[in-house]
Amino acid sequence: MTSLSLALAHSLPEVTLALGALSLLMLGVFFAKDGRDWIISELAIVVLGLAFLQLFLGIGPKVVVWDGAFVDDTYGRFMKGLALIGSLVTLILSMDYMRREKIDQFEFPVLVLLATLGMLMLISAQNLMALYLGLELMSLALYVIAAFHRDNVRASEAGLKYFALGALSSGMMLYGASLLYGFAGTVSFEGLAAAIKGHATVGVVFGLVFVLAGLAFKMSVVPFHMWTPDVYEGAPTPVTAFFASAAKMAAVAITVRIIMTAFPGVTAQWQQIIIFIAILSMALGSFAAIGQTNIKRLMAYSSIGHMGFALVGLAAGTQQGVQGVLVYMAIYLVMTLGTFAGILSMRVGDTYVEKISDLSGLARTNGPMAFFLAAMMLSLAGIPPLAGFFAKWYVFNAAIQANLYPLAVIGVLSSVVACFYYLRIVKVMYFDEAAAKFARPSMAVSAVLMFASLLIVFFAFWPAPLDAAAAAAAKSLF
Amino acid sequence: MSVAAAFFYLFSAIMIASAFMVIAARNPVHSVLFLILAFVNASGLFLLLGAEFVAMILVVVYVGAVAVLFLFVVMMLDVDFAELRQGFLQYLPLGSMIGIVVAIELVLVMVGWTQADAAIAPAGATVQAGVTNTEALGLVLYTKYVYLFQASGLVLLTAMIGAIVLTLRHKPDVKRQVIADQNARTRAGAIELKKAPSRAGV
Repeated sequence: MTSLSLALAHSLPEVTLALGALSLLMLGVFFAKDGRDWIISELAIVVLGLAFLQLFLGIGPKVVVWDGAFVDDTYGRFMKGLALIGSLVTLILSMDYMRREKIDQFEFPVLVLLATLGMLMLISAQNLMALYLGLELMSLALYVIAAFHRDNVRASEAGLKYFALGALSSGMMLYGASLLYGFAGTVSFEGLAAAIKGHATVGVVFGLVFVLAGLAFKMSVVPFHMWTPDVYEGAPTPVTAFFASAAKMAAVAITVRIIMTAFPGVTAQWQQIIIFIAILSMALGSFAAIGQTNIKRLMAYSSIGHMGFALVGLAAGTQQGVQGVLVYMAIYLVMTLGTFAGILSMRVGDTYVEKISDLSGLARTNGPMAFFLAAMMLSLAGIPPLAGFFAKWYVFNAAIQANLYPLAVIGVLSSVVACFYYLRIVKVMYFDEAAAKFARPSMAVSAVLMFASLLIVFFAFWPAPLDAAAAAAAKSLF
Repeated sequence: MSVAAAFFYLFSAIMIASAFMVIAARNPVHSVLFLILAFVNASGLFLLLGAEFVAMILVVVYVGAVAVLFLFVVMMLDVDFAELRQGFLQYLPLGSMIGIVVAIELVLVMVGWTQADAAIAPAGATVQAGVTNTEALGLVLYTKYVYLFQASGLVLLTAMIGAIVLTLRHKPDVKRQVIADQNARTRAGAIELKKAPSRAGV
């Protein structure tokens, strides 16, 4: 095979998404009446599903194509699968919401496709330039869909805030990248690792810090989390689900990849940064969420905390730690999507409500929904035998194996604190006076909530497939 | 002092001075004009380095498009810059402290700067004789870097879609010219004959 067809074959999901986004854009422009959604969302779901299936065609543990810009490996395919599931479910959740809020323009699924393409390119990035372009493609599309409800002041504010801070973080990351390039004379991750050879010079450390700061912004971990609550609250709910699910997968994936492939020689340097942000994120995620009354805001703090837990696995810096991160992200994805399906079911009449008090007495008005949401909350809190417990068990176990006892202890303590606000939601649903009854959610939303809950509840009986897939993925990175 | 060195000091001195004036000028239009001067001098520096393609792109893109756009924005938007400056003194201590910290860090980077052995070789690489900058870029842009090139294209497309989605409003009441409709007009649809009786008024 020539190198071009080889490269195209290895980036088949990306090619599919790019061509799909372009064709759907044309279809929408020429055939969608008044710019309404028409069938573009459905077609976009088909394109995402196609890209997901193409991941299984991938062979070989690791192939680098496109002149060292793109790597196709088991690790990448695992994380791409998670990101694609996140996007796909986001689109399924969005259709009913967008139509009711009268923002069902055909550009939304197209932008989701482009953002997903950016995520896939980001996950597979093998040099700093590919990393930056993937990151920008993802972020630009995300800025726009955050402000997609343009007549809503809070959505516009969310979009603008995300854009301004995102541009700043991109600038910091580029500065770090330029320092790294100036030091090593190459932008490829492997070239960087070869040039560093275990000597942490000033240039490398500065570059590392700035690049990690830019990526930490995308992961929304402390101290780069300030935008998260406002953007999560202001953006349309399906968009928030997208931010909390697929976007996080890509950001965590590239952080793990760049640390493991470009900086394996300077473990002491990056490890202290990761430990620092992990501890701060876990603590802030646990304490700041306690006083929240808006459930989307609460989920924002919850996601900050969960990123902290996931980074505990990365801080271990071992293959077992990376496997823990992968398992954590997979379980976090299911919990987040399920919870947002629950939030999207909170509709009284024609208006979507977001207050925690709106859930009062849900057990009496809608028993099954209360049960599923309670399962989500208990799993997010990490209570056995639900999946969330195993996720935490994997990362803390890895941290202990790597002798990071204080980190593991702080993690367990903050997850105990976090239990408070998850359990409060369960208490509100089961023991408070009943509030207004929710309208019947669409079939798709209920199905996502139910399916996610079943996965969470029954994960304990059959963890082997995820465990094996994550182990194979982590192995390909080392 | 050679001619090249003289031009280097000329361009850099004017560039630093005009960069300072960008933030010091009271009138925002003057700021943008100084910014353009800084760009032009930067492109002069690139010319001295033998990077004529980058020099021309800097003028064409930054002066021709970006700076002129800035100028439009500054002139069109009714921003009270005097009011914006009011907090200047208030934030000066904190701002200058952050500035000093950053400056110290930059000095640290510069002093402690070492390069990997691998980085020395590409820095000394010269272009083959007879290949201009533009040709050299063309040789790799669509071959070696085709992936990055296509990715940049998608980034720009996303920006375009975003700008249109967020700003375009379809107004159904606006009358637009449709040539086909104009050509399809017939006498029957366009003219109405009325019989006006004499001396009866209308």
